[in-house]
Amino acid sequence: MHYLPNIIFIILLIVGIGFFVKNVLKLKRNIFLGKEASITDNKSQRWKNMAKIALGQSKMVVRPIAGALHIIVYVGFVIINIEVLEIILDGIFGTHRMFAFLGPVYDILIGSFEILALLVILAVVVFWIRRNVIKLKRFLKPEMKGWPKSDGNMILYIELVLMVLFLTMNGADYQLQQMGADHYAAAGSFPVSSLIAPMFEGMSVSSLVLLERTAWWLHIAGILFFLNYLYYSKHLHILLAFPNTYYGKLTPKGQFKNLQSVTDEVRMMMDPDADPYAEPADDAVVPDKFGASDVQDLSWVQLLNAYTCTECGRCTSECPANQTGKKLSPRKIMMDTRDRLEEVGKNIDANKGEFKDDGKQLLNDYITPEELWACTSCNACVEACPISIDPLSIIMDMRQYLVMEQSAAPTDLNNMMGNIENNGAPWPFNQMDRLNWSKES
Amino acid sequence: MASELKVPTMAEFFASGTVPEVLFWVGCAGSFDDRAKKITKAFVKILNKANVSFAVLGTEESCTGDPAKRAGNEFLFQMQAVTNIEVLNAYEVKKIVTACPHCFNTIKNEYPGLGGNYEVVHHTQFLKQLLTEGRISMEGGAFKGKRITFHDPCYLGRANDVYEAPRDLIRKLDAELVEMKSCKQRGLCCGAGGAQMFKEPEKGDKDVNIERTEQALETKPEIIAAGCPFCNTMMTDGVKNKEKEASIAVMDIAELIATAEDL
Ligand code: SF4
Ligand code: SF4
Repeated sequence: MHYLPNIIFIILLIVGIGFFVKNVLKLKRNIFLGKEASITDNKSQRWKNMAKIALGQSKMVVRPIAGALHIIVYVGFVIINIEVLEIILDGIFGTHRMFAFLGPVYDILIGSFEILALLVILAVVVFWIRRNVIKLKRFLKPEMKGWPKSDGNMILYIELVLMVLFLTMNGADYQLQQMGADHYAAAGSFPVSSLIAPMFEGMSVSSLVLLERTAWWLHIAGILFFLNYLYYSKHLHILLAFPNTYYGKLTPKGQFKNLQSVTDEVRMMMDPDADPYAEPADDAVVPDKFGASDVQDLSWVQLLNAYTCTECGRCTSECPANQTGKKLSPRKIMMDTRDRLEEVGKNIDANKGEFKDDGKQLLNDYITPEELWACTSCNACVEACPISIDPLSIIMDMRQYLVMEQSAAPTDLNNMMGNIENNGAPWPFNQMDRLNWSKES
Repeated sequence: MASELKVPTMAEFFASGTVPEVLFWVGCAGSFDDRAKKITKAFVKILNKANVSFAVLGTEESCTGDPAKRAGNEFLFQMQAVTNIEVLNAYEVKKIVTACPHCFNTIKNEYPGLGGNYEVVHHTQFLKQLLTEGRISMEGGAFKGKRITFHDPCYLGRANDVYEAPRDLIRKLDAELVEMKSCKQRGLCCGAGGAQMFKEPEKGDKDVNIERTEQALETKPEIIAAGCPFCNTMMTDGVKNKEKEASIAVMDIAELIATAEDL
């Protein structure tokens, strides 16, 4: 029975990681429901962007307060993982503080983990206050009701609990070390938890061990829970921010892609030698649809974008349409895309790997034309996003669907397009009058 | 009016067997909109003064297709683009200057994918270049010490990272350049882009150009400078809406320079 804890631990670990892997595979499947987009160019620039934007958090600091707090939580998260590694190894082998042999290095490690843990607690508290007490405008938009709101708070609670457990574990350990208890050889330095240790004064060795073990188990169980919570949460960005910044747009923001299928047709129409009655060439791929009305019409990069969105609302707070009270919110565009994609994924799971038409789509059931037509294509949302998400590209693809598949542009725009077609200008002026200005005084 | 505008066309150059240094792409607004035509003329006056060899396409120019593309009509856009590219390539155009950031962006970024490769510059970049090369000299005169705020056109700034050329020119006028709350990368749209110019705005609390004008007015400017005919219209409307047109002028960078030089 001596090995029971090790066995329980290993089972816990396998179950926790197993579920996580299962979710990651589902995530991957869903993302690749999107259309192909081969992105193999500019590798070095892409790695640089990932290093700068995801690893270096360069765009977070555009907003200094949120940026600084985020960096604390982020660094805390990354660094404390070294501690988690030790916990896992200890759990598997039944050892205690396996890395203690590092001596002074270990002291520094544990000491800095503790300070970071304290900073994370402070940051989390400030984040909570910003969300729930100060009520920053961007956290109060209509799309932030219900799950998105509780998700945001839930993450903060989990982080808080994990950090408190970590410090409690260390505090009890420190106290045990002071008392010279078996198995608790003096190792590490405890600048923060030694301050809470006095609270445990007078407790017996056995209750301290119980406390330390409980905190230890809850801490690691909490981490595994958190790992699996990611998939259901905007917190997924801690993983996806990396690929997402790698695949982010590198061309000028104003450069919208030219649809190849349209180019092929335009070339044929404009080619004076083309036989208008000829059968279409075999290799001419006529797309079944121009633009996008549902998630499968978007590219996998756009779907990756949707899963990566952290719902921070920086895009929406910079959006001129949103600032002036219109329905458009680029954050909502991303959240809708993710929600619909999840729905499609569940549909596929329920139907043995096949998507069964559910009579719904992204357009109308999630995103309305009113939202789409309010966009000025100004790219403020793209600029604002701290992790290289491009809400505008989805808006543009859906406009293409509205116009080219449904002829559903607002009347004014139809007039404008009619003018371009007939007069070569968006206004009803004759092309022959183009130079009149040069003669007018 | 000082002197007659000299506006040669590409066809004329072609007939005489020569090529101009640069093609001036006038754009739809610059050709037809009464307010924007003044910008066009101001720019031509500067080109004339600096003896720049340029030409326009005149009746051979057509819409770049930008509003069609942003509205989602990729077909119409590409039809326009391919037609324009044929004309440009037939004249072996190498360098294009335009006073419209939408034409600038489309020709510079989207035409290459359809076979149109040119060096495209915005007129503020071109003017800056003329200044550096000593082909024009500027003296602030009329604008010395005036408070001028610059509205970044989305398709010049964020879309193509051109922020400094227009600002450098304003500083050269000895004017006091004051920045709005949202400027450069974080500039606020005037509300006209993405084909919004041609339709009624969606329901909201206010129109985008009013919000932007309010930001501009916060800087207490004497002049709101712009580098886009559409921004110009939107800001002019905003200033009128605030009944400030008597004290605040909305002017294009080209107009500022032409006025300063008394052209
Ligand atoms: S591009 Fe469209 S959605 Fe994005 S900020 Fe501008 S108006 Fe809003
Ligand atoms: S798209 Fe980017 S800026 Fe907008 S909410 Fe998502 S993560 Fe934030």
